[in-house]
Amino acid sequence: MKAAVIVFPGSNCDRDLAVAFRAAGMDVTMVWHKDTGLPDGIDLVGIPGGFSFGDYLRCGAIAARSPICRAVVDHAHAGGYVLGICNGFQVLTETGLLPGALMRNAGLRFICKTTPLEVVTDQSDFTAGYGVGDTLNIPIAHHDGNYTAGADVLAKLSDEDRIAFRYRDNPNGSVGDIAGVLSSNRRVLGLMPHPERAAEDAQGSADGAAMFRALAGALADA
Amino acid sequence: MKARVHVMLKDGVLDPQGEAVRHALGTLGFDGVNGVRQGKVIELDLADGTTEADVNEMCERLLANTVIERYTVEIV
Repeated sequence: MKAAVIVFPGSNCDRDLAVAFRAAGMDVTMVWHKDTGLPDGIDLVGIPGGFSFGDYLRCGAIAARSPICRAVVDHAHAGGYVLGICNGFQVLTETGLLPGALMRNAGLRFICKTTPLEVVTDQSDFTAGYGVGDTLNIPIAHHDGNYTAGADVLAKLSDEDRIAFRYRDNPNGSVGDIAGVLSSNRRVLGLMPHPERAAEDAQGSADGAAMFRALAGALADA
Repeated sequence: MKARVHVMLKDGVLDPQGEAVRHALGTLGFDGVNGVRQGKVIELDLADGTTEADVNEMCERLLANTVIERYTVEIV
């Protein structure tokens, strides 16, 4: 199975994500933001954490209009898998692939700590390795992770079982404690916590590894 | 031609930064500040022939995130 990790100026979790993908058995290609297309045969695109374009204008706004993001949107519309973590989640909302927006944390502080997450659905190839109600210990590291969306969007996300993760102890003011959401075809996931920073025991928690294993399994079967 | 774009959070969207500014003003003794909303101003230097409709499209596609923000365009 082949994965691409997009690299923007200011990305800083790109190599961590590549390590986690490779540990799960994926063949990983790093793709620069000025490229206009993805390599042939890519199954999964990872949009990493960081501070793409210095968070200018809004977090993820400039990255979402970069040449490679047009290709990522096309990939998603064709049924391809996309995983956006932290800044990657912000980019995905800015492209419109995921609904809602991420605002400044309610407490105005940058928060960097491991936080417990509730698995809300196992009905996706990202979360199939977990049980509903499981608690995962995964780090967050963000200034703008306060998820917001209109009441109609929130109702739809809930009705369609598209809330992937909720915070057990809401750190940033996100509406409904939402930490991660899925696209309607369940193949695009955006989340603020960093599973690639909890992918092996040496990182203090390996609770994120099952996400990469489940994805690799699904893509191998595809 | 120049245009000035004002981007503000939509009414009803909580503005934690504005709220912090309001608290700070209170600390300085400025009583009676009932609310603060913080936005941004973007000035565009535009080639002749650029229309207000073009600027509106710029706002829709990049300058504002219309999920949470509203914008106004002022031609100056």
